[in-house]
Amino acid sequence: MSVFTIILIVIVAFLAGMEGVLDQWQFHQPLVACTLIGLVSGYFEAGIILGGTLQMMALGWANVGAAVAPDAALASVASAILMVIAMIGGSDQATAITTAIAVAVPLSVAGLFLTMIVRTIAIPIVHIMDGAAAKGDFMAIDVWSIIAICLQGIRIAIPAAALCFIPSEAVMGVLEMMPDWLNEGMTIGGGMVAAVGYAMVINMMATKEVWPFFALGFCLAAISQLTLIALGVIGICLALIYLGLKEIGQSGAGAAGSGDPLGDILDDYE
Amino acid sequence: MAENKVTLSKNDRLAVWFRHQYLQGSWNYERMQNGGWCFSMIPAIKKLYPNKDDQIAALKRHMEFYNTHPYVSSPVIGVTLALEEDRANGAPVEDAAIQGVKVGMMGPLAGVGDPVFWFTLRPLLGALGAGLAMSGNIMGPILFFVLWNVIRLAFEWYTQEFGYKLGTSITKDLGGGLMGKITEGASILGMFVIGGLVQRWVSISFAPVVSRVEQSDGAFIDWTAIADTAGQGGQGVADAIHSALSQYASLGATGLEQIKVTTLQANLDQLIPGLAAVCVTLLCCWLLKKKVSPIVIIIGMFAVGILGHLAGLL
Repeated sequence: MSVFTIILIVIVAFLAGMEGVLDQWQFHQPLVACTLIGLVSGYFEAGIILGGTLQMMALGWANVGAAVAPDAALASVASAILMVIAMIGGSDQATAITTAIAVAVPLSVAGLFLTMIVRTIAIPIVHIMDGAAAKGDFMAIDVWSIIAICLQGIRIAIPAAALCFIPSEAVMGVLEMMPDWLNEGMTIGGGMVAAVGYAMVINMMATKEVWPFFALGFCLAAISQLTLIALGVIGICLALIYLGLKEIGQSGAGAAGSGDPLGDILDDYE
Repeated sequence: MAENKVTLSKNDRLAVWFRHQYLQGSWNYERMQNGGWCFSMIPAIKKLYPNKDDQIAALKRHMEFYNTHPYVSSPVIGVTLALEEDRANGAPVEDAAIQGVKVGMMGPLAGVGDPVFWFTLRPLLGALGAGLAMSGNIMGPILFFVLWNVIRLAFEWYTQEFGYKLGTSITKDLGGGLMGKITEGASILGMFVIGGLVQRWVSISFAPVVSRVEQSDGAFIDWTAIADTAGQGGQGVADAIHSALSQYASLGATGLEQIKVTTLQANLDQLIPGLAAVCVTLLCCWLLKKKVSPIVIIIGMFAVGILGHLAGLL
């Protein structure tokens, strides 16, 4: 890789690292990060495909409260870099993508530890900001806020830069050593991994009341003519109808005697 | 007092809105989003309090513990702006009142933000984009990125304005009717979409062969006859292809071979396509409830994939 490419990759990695904690622009989502790395390294299409495949696995990964989710930022950046290196070394696109997906999982764990370290380092930083607040020093608060965000960027940028210097022969060597059964087995495992993300989401939302909607979505999705947009529209309609009916049911229960017209008439006589 | 009233202009509010995106920048285990919150409030503090002592008091006030979903924090900062403005104009707003509003709003709002953004909107847009991207279509990432950020930026601006205009009266609505409905509606949509995604994108396929049936003549394509026709060359090849394709169209995939192979997967798919996928997902739900780490489950899946493949099961 040329120096210029490496610089661009490091910039993408930096953005992904920042977003990994900010969670605003979504540069850390595989769909965006892998595509950008593919773009700057000249393997655009492979980057998009890798991004899409990893995104499917990472759909449910979100940091909520104390729940620990795998880190999408390092997983997408580092696996995209490894894919590019493998392809520079002459690997075909399909093999490079499969291998990149398999390494993405351990990387997401490594990323998790890195973000925990940075979030701990941020404690003394906010103490410095406390000191600045006590002096009314706006400038210092701004500067230390930006430093804290940059640390999160560096968290991904450094591993990314290091990976760029792995010689493609080394990656190819490992790829060639991998027996077919291992490769195929990991592809099969990768097909199931998306279930973990979905399960995390389900556990956060599921109540007795909403389980039937899960079953409905599952059965309707088997009709392959229904696109995701169509499924979304059906889902929105179901939610609106359900909430509307529930409201009617509740207000109906409030009005005395409804559902029993004869009783109403008798009551009126009194 | 009325004649020299300080108000936050639209530009001030835009500055706060812009900075508020960096709410989680100095996220730390001690007071979580406090640094980012203080960072967001700076344009307002500068405008409202010309006096250095008041500025210091305001900065300290906004370094207190704070943590919520980063997007639904926008109405909270809107309300806080309104409160600080009142205070700067001489209204008796206590420190405790401002902190009380922040803490009182952050809990219920996080409860809405997580299901709406992380569990419904992102999986939906992500799956939409990823579905396109997996075939190498650049529209996938672009669609995801643009839609997400347009929705996010608009949401953050309008809810901040909403909070600012309504002031403390917004807190009355929290926890009650509307919030509960939004959460419930998002959960319904979310569960529905996740159900669909499980069917479409969790792939598991059982390889074991359940039965091998030798099919009777006429139930499969007679390839020797086709080869004879093709052997005539020229028009014969075209005839052979035509004959093979028309037989395939009437017989279906099972007509390709004389021996009809039925895999376990084909049997399962006849019950409901994707039955195995939903079982794997529910198993994951159960394991997560048993406090098994998601990372352990993911690694376990790769192990099952490799071992199952070696054993000829998958």
